[in-house]
Amino acid sequence: MNLLTEPVGLTHYLVVGAVMFVTGAVCMATKRNALGVLMGIELVLNGANLNFVAFSSPYLRGSSVFLGLDGQLIALFVIVLAAAEAAVALAITLNFYNNHATVDVDEADRLKG
Amino acid sequence: MNWHSFFFLLFSLVCCGFAIAVVATSNVVRMAFYLVISLSATAGLFFLAGADFVGAMQLMIYVGGTLVLLIFGVMLTAQRAFVSMRTAGGEWILAAIVGSVFLMILVQAAFRVESWTSPTTAEVPLEEQVTATRLGMGFLGLRVDGDAEADASTQTAMTGYLLPFEIISIHLLVVLVGAAYLARPKRRARQEAS
Repeated sequence: MNLLTEPVGLTHYLVVGAVMFVTGAVCMATKRNALGVLMGIELVLNGANLNFVAFSSPYLRGSSVFLGLDGQLIALFVIVLAAAEAAVALAITLNFYNNHATVDVDEADRLKG
Repeated sequence: MNWHSFFFLLFSLVCCGFAIAVVATSNVVRMAFYLVISLSATAGLFFLAGADFVGAMQLMIYVGGTLVLLIFGVMLTAQRAFVSMRTAGGEWILAAIVGSVFLMILVQAAFRVESWTSPTTAEVPLEEQVTATRLGMGFLGLRVDGDAEADASTQTAMTGYLLPFEIISIHLLVVLVGAAYLARPKRRARQEAS
């Protein structure tokens, strides 16, 4: 199995997407900085985007069985939603920083019962 | 040498390597920089999969817009105590175990389906011209891709995306107004005090 000579299949893309998804999830779970958590979310969304694009690619699955353009359209939706999410999350983080003078997510326990 | 496989290997190694570097480093400024490189390599993977418009949008909106926004956030909050926040060792071990188990499940699922593992060497006719017209028509509610081979049963499933497109436009507008409202400077308290 030589990766340099054999043609790339759908599985290769899925493995790369899985690595990005898992690193994003670990990043969300372990970072104490709120902006680090945001970067983990971006990684997760990109891993999912990569799967959408790979499933809709005619170069990976042959022109007869590929998904059509649905994957690319949904990937564009995900990109726009990620932009909206980053704007709101950044505004909340800056508000939290202004009010509490920290970006440590462990400090945000005011609502804890 | 298969150049498609070569560039796929190059982009995927850069992509995964810098994604792991984002997790591994605790300096938030370096995390932002590694994330820029990782997402740019993802755009390269999009180009390799034939999604040229999505790759261009990834570079323009994601790397050029969203990540610049994140870097502004890093710059606004990068006080000395918050640049490098370390995670406890026990949490690292727990996260590594959970993450590797999760990764194994996902990779096994990717290799499980037979038709995914066999790469197609079928000749795909190249587009006459690279254009975003089909994507734009899809957003406007009219699907013009693959009409020739689609029979009546799949034709009903191939709907356009006009309503989600309009909803997401309004959603983006509302969200940006809301973000500006959330991040506004607090003026009223100062005026009442004076």
